[in-house]
Parts: sequence; C-alpha cells; structure tokens
Amino acid sequence: MKLTLKIWRQKDAASKGKMVDYPISGVEGDMSFLEMLDVLNEQLINKGEEPVEFDHDCREGICGTCSLQINGEPHGPDRLVTTCQLHMRKFNDGDTIVIEPFRATAFPVLKDLIVDRSALDRIQQSGGYISVNTSGNTVDANAIPINKHDADEAMDAATCIGCGACVAACKNASAMLFTSAKVSQFALLPQGQIEATERVQNMVRQMDLEGFGNCTNTGACEVECPKGISLENIARMNREYYSASLKG
Amino acid sequence: MIKSSLARKVVMALSGLFLVFFLGQHFVINITSVIAPDTFNSWSHFMGYNPLVQYLLQPILIAGVVVHFVMGFILELQNSKARGVRYVKYKGDANASWVSRNMLISGGVVLAFIALHFYDFWLPEIAYKYIESNPEDATRYHAETVHKFEPIWRMVLYIIAFVLLALHLLHGFASSFQTMGVNNKYTPTIKLVTKIYAIAIPLGFVFIAIYHHLNPITH
Repeated sequence: MKLTLKIWRQKDAASKGKMVDYPISGVEGDMSFLEMLDVLNEQLINKGEEPVEFDHDCREGICGTCSLQINGEPHGPDRLVTTCQLHMRKFNDGDTIVIEPFRATAFPVLKDLIVDRSALDRIQQSGGYISVNTSGNTVDANAIPINKHDADEAMDAATCIGCGACVAACKNASAMLFTSAKVSQFALLPQGQIEATERVQNMVRQMDLEGFGNCTNTGACEVECPKGISLENIARMNREYYSASLKG
Repeated sequence: MIKSSLARKVVMALSGLFLVFFLGQHFVINITSVIAPDTFNSWSHFMGYNPLVQYLLQPILIAGVVVHFVMGFILELQNSKARGVRYVKYKGDANASWVSRNMLISGGVVLAFIALHFYDFWLPEIAYKYIESNPEDATRYHAETVHKFEPIWRMVLYIIAFVLLALHLLHGFASSFQTMGVNNKYTPTIKLVTKIYAIAIPLGFVFIAIYHHLNPITH
C-alpha cells in the first residue's frame, strides 16, 4: 500500500509547527497504525532525518498512552480502538492521511505529535481516590455487598484509560467525559461515598482550572472513546455536583 | 458571578427550558389569531394590560433571554479558548450532529429574529401604550398582527428564523435534561418529545405567518 502522510512537525513546545508531507510505501494491511509510523521513522533515520515523535507504550489498547488525531478523528476512523489497535487495512492504497496531535489548550504540544496530558492526572489527583487504611487491618473490598448493576456500571466507568480522546474529539475541548468517568467509578460504590461531596467539587474545580472547555452534549466524546465510556457518566457527575453544591 | 462550568451549564439549561415553555404558551395564543380572532384579541389585551404579566412575567422573560444569551456567549468564548490551535483537519460530522455543533449559529439567528420581533411588535406596543398614551382598545390586535405579515420579506424572514429555531430546539431541549443530570430510561422519551416539539411548534408558527400573509385584511 502506498500512502501520503501529512504529519504535524514541531521542534519543541516553544516552536511553531507545520504540516509536512511524507510519501510512504510498503505498508501492509496487517500493520497497526503505530507500526506504519515505525516504518516511516526507520526510513527517515536511514535518510539522516529526524524521526517523527509520538506517544506509545503497551501497544495493546490498555495503557492510554498512544493518541493522534487521524484524518480529523482521535484514534482514527475505527470505533472502540486506540491508535495502536487501528489497522492499516482501514485505509486504501493511495490515501492521504492527516496526522495531528490531540489539540487542546490544556494539552500543550511538547514535540511533533506528543502532547502533555498531565492535566488529566491533576484532575485525578484532586479527588479520584478513596482514603483507605492500609496499615494492616484493611477490610477486604469484597466484604461489602454491592449489587451487580452498580458494580457493572462502576467497572464500565473505570475502564477509562485517560487517553484524552474525549478532549480531542470535543469541539469545545471539554474533559467532562474523562472527569465524569473518574467521578462515577467511585460514586456508584459504597467505598466512594465518604469523600463523595468533596470529590466531585474538587475534580470539577481542577478541570475548570486546567482550561478545558464546557460540555455542550454533542456526544462526540462518547462516539470516539476507545473504551465506550457513556454520556450517562456526565449526567451522573452533574447530579453528584449539584447535590454536593446543595450540601455546601 | 457563577464560575463553575457545571453551574454555568445548569443556568443555560434552566433558562433554555424556561424559554421552551414560554414558546409553547406564545404559540397557543398565536394560533388563536387564525382559528378565533376574537379570542386572540381578548388574550392579547389581557397579556398587554395585566399588571402581573406586564411588570412581573415580562421582565422575567426578558431576563431569561438575556441570561441564556450572555451565558451562552461566555461559555462559547471559554470553549473557543480551550482549543487555542485548531486542527488542520477536523471531522466533526463523524461523531456529532450538525445541530449539536452549531448552536451558536442557530442561536445567533434566533437572537437576530428576537430583535426584529421586538421592532415589529414590542416597540410599537410600548409606543402605543406608554409614549403616545392611546386609550385601551381590546379589538386592535388581530388586525395589527395580520397587517404585519403583508410584506413578503417579513414572512420569509420569520420562516427562516423558525427553521433555525427548530434546529436550535432539536438539540437544546433534550440536551438541557442531560445537563441537569437526567440520563436514564426516560431519555428516549425525552428525545422523542424533543423531536416532536422542536418540529411541531416552529412549523405552527410558520403556518401562522403564511396564513396571515395569504389572508390580508382588506379595507
């Protein structure tokens, strides 16, 4: 397969970037998108050029490290997959593929396609935890009965890998799907109730401080999320927030 | 000043729902101008001279429009700042509907329409009552309304505005429930009611505009 790649190149955070065209051949349908970029980088290194930098780690869709806005969609045109799980068979010979970093003011570009997503970590740190005594007399989590439906929904919310595709997809660069998943995974469980009021208030405050946009319920995040996190989580976060605000 | 994103959103949702409710009430009164002109006259007269409507409900309504617009503008400004560098290629239609992505356009047109609507009906009414200090006349409203729709340009402008209003409602009505935290087994029903309301009410207003244009009062 022969392709033309249009890739965002940016020397460092302070530099101005631009799109650069790279023709590439010998791409197999069974390659993952990242393997295709590996091939490109080998070619660039052999020519003595600077390789294209991009984030990746597990390459099996569970770590949330890979990103990329591919042809205008985070993680590309396939659904419920991360970029590392996207196969080149989703593209056709002769295609032009536009590859950009996830764009958000809260996600500054560090180099080429790598953005700093630590804003999501700071939201998590502001309240996405439960305080448990782990000094030796820890109560087994399974000792508290939880009904199946709640456990399932909490688990669904907890599958968020924090990749930031929701922010990248949203026309407002809103992080509400991410934040709501992190709020929901505790809001649904008894262990999460003790800190429930502070949690949602602190996490929403941090989300606002980071400069993410506001949700306008377009639903783009839900469609593009590689883990299928539902908009129901945003509604739940809103309920949690309003009831926390009323409690003061 | 409301600072939290979620608090601002709920202000947007509640003011929007209030305007949705008002729109329904406005339609019920207006449709009488087609089916029962006398009723239209008496209801209009009541709305125009009842102190509760004039000095309490009318200011609340104007405040509702202003709040919805100002908050929408503040949120839009924030949203635009949240993506300082735009994508070279952004495939918005791959994951979200046009109406949900363009509330600013549909809302802007509706706002411009409200300005025209004020110029057409509200300002002359204020002038009639408070500047020219004319006597009360409970029979004038129907003829005045029908006269307004004589020029074709006004009918066309009203129709364009109602189409954009329908698009605005198609997203906004159901969306306000999601913002207020309602996303459950009733959501499909809310979405269905939204579709029916968002199409039927503006269509009704379009019908009224066309009807009055085609049936002028001859002297």
